Amino acid sequence: MSEDTSSVTPLPVVGHQYARVDGPLKVSGAARYSSDHSFPGMLHAVPVCATIGNGHIDAIDTRAAAAMPGVRKVYTRENIGKLYRVPKSARDAIIDERRPPLEDDVIRYYGQYVALVVADTFEQATAAADKVKVSYKGQQTPNVAVKLSADERPKADTERGNPEAAFASAAVKVDQTYSTPPETHNPIELHASVATWDGTRFTLYETTQAIVNFRGVMAQMLGVPSENVRVVTEFLGSGFGGKLWPWTQAMLAAAAARDLHKPVKLVVSRQMMFHNVGHRPQTQQRLRLGATHEGKLVSLQHDYVYHRALECDYSEDCGEATGFLYSTPNLRVTGGFAERHVGPATSMRGPGAVPGLYALESAMDELAIALKMDPVELRLRNEPAIDESENVPFSSRHLKECLTTGAEKFGWAKRDPRIGSMRKDGLVLGWGMAACSWIAERFPAAASVTFNADGSVRVASGTQDIGTGTYTVLGQMVAELAGVELSKVNVVIGDTNLPPGPISGGSMATASLVPAVAQATRDAIDKLLAAASEGDSHFAHAATDQLAFAHGRVYRKNESPDSGRRFEQVLTAARRGHVEGQGKSEGTFGQPGKKEYSSHSFGTHFVEVTWQPEIARLRVSRVLTVIDAGRIINPLTGRNQIEGAVVMGVGMALFEETHYDKRNGMAVNSNLADYIMTTHADSPDMDVVFLDYPDLKLNEMGARGIGEIGLAGIAAAITNAVHHATGVRVRDLPVHIEDLLASKVA
Amino acid sequence: MEPFVFSRATDPGKAISAAAKSSTAQQGAEVRFVAGGTTLLDLMKLNVERPTQVIDINHLPLADVERTSDGGLKIGALVRNSDLAHHPQVQRDYAVLSQALLSGASGQLRNMATTGGNLLQRTRCVYFRDTNMPCNKREPGSGCSAIEGFNRTLAILGTSEHCIATNPSDMNVALTALEAIVVIRGTAGERRVPIGEFFLLPGDTPQRETVMMPGDLITHVILPPPHPGARSHYLKLRDRASYEFALASAAVVIAVEGGKITHARVAMGGVGTKPWRSPEAEQALQGQLPNEHTFATAAVAALHPAKPQSQNGFKVDLAQRCLTHALSTVVA
Repeated sequence: MSEDTSSVTPLPVVGHQYARVDGPLKVSGAARYSSDHSFPGMLHAVPVCATIGNGHIDAIDTRAAAAMPGVRKVYTRENIGKLYRVPKSARDAIIDERRPPLEDDVIRYYGQYVALVVADTFEQATAAADKVKVSYKGQQTPNVAVKLSADERPKADTERGNPEAAFASAAVKVDQTYSTPPETHNPIELHASVATWDGTRFTLYETTQAIVNFRGVMAQMLGVPSENVRVVTEFLGSGFGGKLWPWTQAMLAAAAARDLHKPVKLVVSRQMMFHNVGHRPQTQQRLRLGATHEGKLVSLQHDYVYHRALECDYSEDCGEATGFLYSTPNLRVTGGFAERHVGPATSMRGPGAVPGLYALESAMDELAIALKMDPVELRLRNEPAIDESENVPFSSRHLKECLTTGAEKFGWAKRDPRIGSMRKDGLVLGWGMAACSWIAERFPAAASVTFNADGSVRVASGTQDIGTGTYTVLGQMVAELAGVELSKVNVVIGDTNLPPGPISGGSMATASLVPAVAQATRDAIDKLLAAASEGDSHFAHAATDQLAFAHGRVYRKNESPDSGRRFEQVLTAARRGHVEGQGKSEGTFGQPGKKEYSSHSFGTHFVEVTWQPEIARLRVSRVLTVIDAGRIINPLTGRNQIEGAVVMGVGMALFEETHYDKRNGMAVNSNLADYIMTTHADSPDMDVVFLDYPDLKLNEMGARGIGEIGLAGIAAAITNAVHHATGVRVRDLPVHIEDLLASKVA
Repeated sequence: MEPFVFSRATDPGKAISAAAKSSTAQQGAEVRFVAGGTTLLDLMKLNVERPTQVIDINHLPLADVERTSDGGLKIGALVRNSDLAHHPQVQRDYAVLSQALLSGASGQLRNMATTGGNLLQRTRCVYFRDTNMPCNKREPGSGCSAIEGFNRTLAILGTSEHCIATNPSDMNVALTALEAIVVIRGTAGERRVPIGEFFLLPGDTPQRETVMMPGDLITHVILPPPHPGARSHYLKLRDRASYEFALASAAVVIAVEGGKITHARVAMGGVGTKPWRSPEAEQALQGQLPNEHTFATAAVAALHPAKPQSQNGFKVDLAQRCLTHALSTVVA
């Protein structure tokens, strides 16, 4: 019967603009974020952080703290209780800092948790934490040097042909090194854990982009069966990758709850968030491009180094997009790391590709200038027919159209390539552009869909909404598949008691959910038809294969769908409260074996900056972004994703950098006044165009992800525009006023 | 944060006698007045300030803006920054003050921050705010972490080998150019301190930032009548467009008569250890033609005494551009 249901014209829900369904809850303050959860008798935990960056704890004197008002207990390595390591190989329990908190006396980075104070109130715990006296031994100057060289021989990520020889004999060359600084995620919502323990089972209210993985990690670290751990994340005040994998405050809170038999809340401070919960590592990238006079790439070498925390193995894969973005017979990408005494690094929105494309797309701009060729034209001339790195076709690639559409809508033809030549309202204009790409894959997913006798439809999956619109797009998918109004769909997510859903990472949650939700909806429809056949006399015991479902109605196949009965009438007649369907799909990401297709999203950014030389004032005034990310399920939340990424990209290009003090490894700008991010006043006029070609090789709706691609390439588009305006080529992000003071443009 | 006794002052006299018990009115004062709290509460949470007694002065009758008999303005210490910035007479006669206030902080902070509190705003030097690091301003004699550390945003004028912390206020820069008078009531009665004498250079006592003595309560700020024919302007340069302290700022008050500059007052922010009045620039402007050459000469003169640190040498160029542009704008 599914062929009949699929032939019915669906309601126009997917592909249409809907405001976030959870918007009213959020703007009214009714949405419960993880740290909003409170319980009778709940205690508050505050960590004590190391004030050195490299050395050992000599002694911890907790006596004064323990005597402070309201203090229940002070924990150190001695009494925190058993916490276990997670194996490196665990695919269902991923964590960047595998060392359990307080495991040993070694200080590997400034701010590392060394003790934990638990008290009746947050204020009491904070005051007592200040009174814990930690003395150190073997203290050495931490290595937080900005200049990077690989600790081990860099490994080739991908290579083809003979890039050295082709570069040596190339007619036109670019050989430059670019760097990006450590960036701290800084979502508005602080990381937080509220842990409860009933003697057997843990219920953990966490700030996570991946509840199912979180459960896996906590079960391992606490040494309990995974069914004894429930993780809840109803709403997330964003994560940007920083909340993808668990951090050690969660084990501290759970260990304290286990020991004290009381719920424990631990909210990580903004300052701690600069050390203890990940950051985008610093990168240094050498790009060597060789081309013919006609602008055909003959060689591309991309050698990158990133910093890595001790005892952590996070890799920043800067060459993520380098192997397939352009056609060239000779290519090599190598990656290496340099250990530093910094907190663990982790994924930050578009990990690898975002710093990598800053370097590659800057180098492409420098090559275009060396060739005296328009940078759009240079990219059009190097469009590959297939993924030359994997030697497979693309599932769906429209980068050329992103380039031409963007150029047309931006008015690129009017660009005068001479530096500082374009003016408007007394300001110098700079125009720059860059291409971008991000992976398009799926994770495993499971979901259930339920038709209820009250006329509502419920969709449930153990995934989470990180603020991007998952509640809304999940509702849209089911509304379309079940043929009901969006307002009738109840989306239930954020709880590991639900069928295991995908992580909200890698821009894959939406694409991953499509097959599972579609299957669950079809299964629920089958069960609904069975209920109609058995229990609803209206259909006079017609066999299920004589029945069909469309627009929320069950009908006889030989009659019009309008003649059917609403599903709630069918369920009521059959004396059924509900029918529930299940769906489950495998992932594509990280699966062994050769892929049939190379699946990626693509896009272009066109940027205008204004430059006021007399006061060295640079602003990003206009950004047009064209995105090829498959079918866009909700253009409103979709556009919001891209615009948010562009705003973040302005910060990456012009403002954001974490400074570590060379004497002790402390992040000196660990607050929102000193860590500069884009404000509203810095946000440009933005326009977003979605090409909307469904990628049906990825899933039946043709939807890919859009969370990260908007940040890829934007920093290069901005620095390329800065060069056009000022003549200053910034190869070390972010652009500083002091760099621009060198501009000769008056 | 340390435990403290909190009380609400009902009249200035009682507040003053309570605060007079403090051994100092400077860094480390045992008794603190709180108004908007935008600096004090922050520093108490960071354990940089540890008063044992906090006196809420928000209910004292010091929230009015009145005209003075000579045509100036008397501003109550509790007038909020937002209210002052939008006061019609301030906007008309003291544009530089309105512009400076609106360039600072955020709307929410300006709604809380007061005139008196802003005068006493503390530095944003990251080492002053971190009790794990040495800082002569916070703990005299402990050393200056900034000179060998992160000093990009710090001062190039008025520094000493003991301290290079910047005064972060925008309002104070405008008040300096306007030659405001700070009215202080203390145990010995009321005194009027010209703003140029209110702030102290760090020297070898960077913990002393102002002339405030134990018990002193700022009650008002008096603006002299506007100079006839003068125009004023505030320009603030920083990395981003809003909600950031100045890398360099300039407050200028200029009158031009018969084609020549007859009155020039110049103050700079973001570059000095105190709001930085530049008599050198004023002298270079006085009696000169109001043109680019004059302005550039004044800007060079203003920054002549600058002593940059390892990361903030660019501030010399930036502050010169800032002052030149502010002057060009005000006479345009």
